[in-house]
Amino acid sequence: MNRFDNQNNRSGDKSQVAQPPRWAQHLIRWYCRPDLLEDLQGDLNEYFERNLKTKGPGRARWIYCLDALKFFRLYTIRKPDFLNLFIHWIMIGSYLKTSRRSLVRNKLFSFINIFGLAVSMSVGLLVISLISDFLSYDDFQLKKDRTYRVITSYQNLDEPAVELASTSVKVGQEIRKTVAGIDELTILRNGFSGDAHVGETVVPFEAYWADNSFFKVFSFPLLKGDPATALKEPYSLVLTEKTAKKLFGDVDPLGKFVRFDSLNYTVTGIAKDVPKLSHLRFDALVSFATADALLAKKDPNFHGWENVWQNYVYLVLPSTSDPASLQPTLDKLNAKENAALKNRKFTVALQPLNEVVLSKRLDNSIGPTMRPIAIWILGGLAFIIILSACFNYTNLSIARSLRRSREVGIRKIIGAMKSHVLGQFMAESVIIALMALVFSFGLFLFLRTQFLALDPHIGDLVTLDLSPRIILYFLVFAMVVGLAAGFLPALFFSRINALQVIKDASTVKVFQRISMRKALIVIQYTLSLIFIATTLIGYNQYRGLVLFDLGFTTENILNIRLQGNKGDVLAKELSEIPAVREISQSMMITSLGSIHGTNMKYTDPRDSAMVWLNQVDEHYLPVHNHKLVAGKNFTLRPKKGEESEAIVNEQVLKRFNIAKRDPEKALGNVVTVDGKKLTIVGVLKDFHYGTMDKKIEPVMFRYSADEPWGYLNVKIASTDLPATMASIDKAWRKLDKVHPLEAKFYDDQIEEAYSQFSVMVKVIGFIAFLAICIASLGLFGMVVFTTETRLKEISIRKVLGATEGGLVFLLSRGFLGLLLVASLVALPATYFFFDKVVLTNFAYHQPIGLSELVIGIGLVMLLAFLMIGSQTLKAARNNPAKVLKSE
Amino acid sequence: MKGSNLGEFEELVLLTIAALVNDAYSVAVCDELEKHTGRAAKLGVVHAVLNRLEEKGLVKSRMGEATSTRGGKRKRYYEVTHAGKVALTNAKDVRESLWRIIPGFNLEGSI
Repeated sequence: MNRFDNQNNRSGDKSQVAQPPRWAQHLIRWYCRPDLLEDLQGDLNEYFERNLKTKGPGRARWIYCLDALKFFRLYTIRKPDFLNLFIHWIMIGSYLKTSRRSLVRNKLFSFINIFGLAVSMSVGLLVISLISDFLSYDDFQLKKDRTYRVITSYQNLDEPAVELASTSVKVGQEIRKTVAGIDELTILRNGFSGDAHVGETVVPFEAYWADNSFFKVFSFPLLKGDPATALKEPYSLVLTEKTAKKLFGDVDPLGKFVRFDSLNYTVTGIAKDVPKLSHLRFDALVSFATADALLAKKDPNFHGWENVWQNYVYLVLPSTSDPASLQPTLDKLNAKENAALKNRKFTVALQPLNEVVLSKRLDNSIGPTMRPIAIWILGGLAFIIILSACFNYTNLSIARSLRRSREVGIRKIIGAMKSHVLGQFMAESVIIALMALVFSFGLFLFLRTQFLALDPHIGDLVTLDLSPRIILYFLVFAMVVGLAAGFLPALFFSRINALQVIKDASTVKVFQRISMRKALIVIQYTLSLIFIATTLIGYNQYRGLVLFDLGFTTENILNIRLQGNKGDVLAKELSEIPAVREISQSMMITSLGSIHGTNMKYTDPRDSAMVWLNQVDEHYLPVHNHKLVAGKNFTLRPKKGEESEAIVNEQVLKRFNIAKRDPEKALGNVVTVDGKKLTIVGVLKDFHYGTMDKKIEPVMFRYSADEPWGYLNVKIASTDLPATMASIDKAWRKLDKVHPLEAKFYDDQIEEAYSQFSVMVKVIGFIAFLAICIASLGLFGMVVFTTETRLKEISIRKVLGATEGGLVFLLSRGFLGLLLVASLVALPATYFFFDKVVLTNFAYHQPIGLSELVIGIGLVMLLAFLMIGSQTLKAARNNPAKVLKSE
Repeated sequence: MKGSNLGEFEELVLLTIAALVNDAYSVAVCDELEKHTGRAAKLGVVHAVLNRLEEKGLVKSRMGEATSTRGGKRKRYYEVTHAGKVALTNAKDVRESLWRIIPGFNLEGSI
């Protein structure tokens, strides 16, 4: 019944307000010029309403349709745009067909274009995935957008301020107590690391002290335990899943004990493993109450405002709150606390969580960091070679325009508009770029493994994993590259005068574009030359750094990290190995970049200066062949708590003007270090304590038995290195079953210390290689094209008696000129860039040899000569009869 | 081709617009033409002529207020421009001068 009623109703409605036929309305809307549409629809409606009354709905609808169609006839003339669009769509099939044909017909050019784009884009893909990785750090933190870290700027007297990622515990406590409008705040402290024991199982781990709010600020889910209380009590321990598995196997660890430094910690929670892209990485967390109980008792300054070296404070602001509004409150806190200090100042500020990894240089940073400048440099390099590949595309496409201009001319005559031609060529280049993407993706997969293996730090920093989002970025990137590469040729083709082309193809003004093509070639080659010169200079500097005479011998010295074991005991074991010649002990290994400093005073108690130090035993100087200018090695073997001798370098004498810098007379003078009076027993010749970018500064060697030694320095003279290493390992095993032996040759360590540098040289070298390949391919294409188009001219010249040599010169002259211009630009540019900008940062750099520049240029030029020569010679040797007959 | 010459139908439409004063829009023009000439003026044809007259600069148009009829669409009102007025006067003058030189007997009795 109901349905019947409804139907009745509906048909009743229809008869009441009859509507014009829908399709006719759509038809009008589709074809009508927008500015006339309203008027026209209005008229049709008015007639429709009128006809409805006089002639009934059926006829009215019929007339409406007829009129709509009649209007179509008229307006077709007036507004032909939609027709063009229509044709355009029909023509796309034809565009694709001609594009494909052109690609297949010009195999060489297509290869150069696709290969060049693919190679350069693969570097682009690498950069994209790198940037994406850096930007997605800490993405899993749910409160990421409103989490901030408190950072500290520390200023002593007028020295430049030290920017620290860390801050004091007091800052955290004060903010928590006095600043309103903060959602959550947590205090972390680093340095809880070592071996955890459960029964017989020993697992080394890295952990943070973290207070109870940790899980409110950070989204590290707990698999077991209560996040609200897990880090509340002293001696509570939260393990990650992985560490728990290592320590306890399949047993439920909750409530069990873990022994660490002879203290027992209760496991109160199991956290999910830390994601790789997290700046906070830990194996375990210990309640901060433990630090209060253990450390604060020993160190009265533990909670002090000045204790800023190991603590990290994170806070979460409410979503409505602006971090800038908090700064005045922090400034007030700074002012209040600094009032009690003399000469020193600590200023705290907020840093958003997303700037923690990709940030300005901060000392004491927690987790991996990357300076944005490195990304910019890499991105810039990638951009340059992509640009180079795009130049190839532009050059070759325009060069081929003679052939394709006829096609364009015909299209234009049958009604294609400028925008259509533009669209066609842009679409063509996008398609080529997408084809190149397929190849470059394969290359990227290869490059990725190479890049990650370049340096262990890189693998630690990024994963370069693929995700749907990354793939989308890749596609967008390829399209952008395609559009960039295709823009100039497309513009050029769209401006072709159709009539002229059809009448006489040779009138196309290709050769007007020659100046632009020349410019592009010069730019390409300039960049390639700069690249290769940079690589060679960089490599030379790197070799110089690694092989630099530091002022002491590092050859055949194996540095073994003691990892808390007793040096004397191990030394005794090792001395039984025949290949071991001498053994010394030291606190640290110098010249690798890490530094230890302390304040030294001479006779004037008000004058103190920072002196770098190493703590060594009496064998250290002979093992390393340190040269004494005056005096002798340590003579006394101090007992625990005793220390009386110091060996200083010449810079110390200079700094304090000891005995008017006379080394002999300086002997016997007394300096004060750490409240101890030490007699100078020897004066060392200056040597490089820091890395090579630092100047030689005052250094002292001291000898005390107070602190544990860090390293054994073992001098080895071995003919069978593997066997020697095996016996060293055996000796180590006897002493320490938990930690694997950590032994490295000093020379290798120095190389590692400059690994950033070597990574840079490798990356730039690789990119230089690519840049040269791409530029050479482009040049090759241009040479082939030019000789092909001038074949007739060459033949006629030959018939008239030109020599082959003359022809080669004629053909290659232009290109050689371009290369000359490029090298004239590149050489001074590279030289000044290095001399004035880069190398000024290195105190002891190698002079830039002219040879490096010349070799680089020579290599590139040789390659270019070979290409130009081979092609022009081929053209010159052509049989003119054949060429001329076919014309 | 588009000179200031007025075609016959163009002249009629232009006259109608002038006659309708403030109410000259396409449908009204159609109706008025039909009334005076007796021949069926097709909407499409009138539209084309209005458009052509506008291109020639003899009329100018403006959109009117929104109406409840016509499906809520606005009307486009036409108005004779100065050039249009000149063209109409010229046409009238031509005819009148021709009429004037026709000898009286020539048309007499033949109608």
